[in-house]
Amino acid sequence: MKAYHDLGGTPAGPIDKAEHDLQLWEKRIEALLVLLKNKNILRVDENRRGLESLGSDVYFSLSYAERRMLSMSNNLILKGVITVDELAHKIAEIESRKDPLP
Amino acid sequence: MSAAAAIRTAMPEAPAFKQGQSVRVLKVDAPGHIRTPHYIRGKNGVIERFVGFFNNPEELAYGRSGLPLRALYRVRFVQSHVWPDYRGAAADTIDIDLYEHWLQPAKTA
Repeated sequence: MKAYHDLGGTPAGPIDKAEHDLQLWEKRIEALLVLLKNKNILRVDENRRGLESLGSDVYFSLSYAERRMLSMSNNLILKGVITVDELAHKIAEIESRKDPLP
Repeated sequence: MSAAAAIRTAMPEAPAFKQGQSVRVLKVDAPGHIRTPHYIRGKNGVIERFVGFFNNPEELAYGRSGLPLRALYRVRFVQSHVWPDYRGAAADTIDIDLYEHWLQPAKTA
């Protein structure tokens, strides 16, 4: 059986070749992943494996950066780097800010 | 044993396949994190080059060492063989990087 993320050969429409600027938060996700790799906390291979564990419904409902962020969060919880509680509290704190994404 | 010595110990002497050799990609539905696309499994190709020895990403994905190192090859496939309904030029090929443990010698007809 083909895994849901393994899309090679799947019928698809035309490719959207328009350039689009990355949002600041999207750049931060990539920066965090590089930092975690350089500090030997999380390998890129582990984050890819995490993407493949999200389930197809979640996977296809998220953007590229959102998937990578969710996989990173799951991996960091799994490794004990952060707790679910810490993450939930931080999310609540950021949502309470006037400008959550400066 | 130092990390460097451990890596040398784990380093295979030589890659199993030679440039130009015909290989067949294993047709396996393995579980876990897989670096061999589904569409190429069971297809025949030719070793275009040996790329090097690398930690096995299918093990690294689970936080393990990825040792012993695995040989990585660039394997060339004829597009019309990969895609039965391919409408491009007959000479078109696709190169895919594949690890040695996914390859076996192709049976000669």
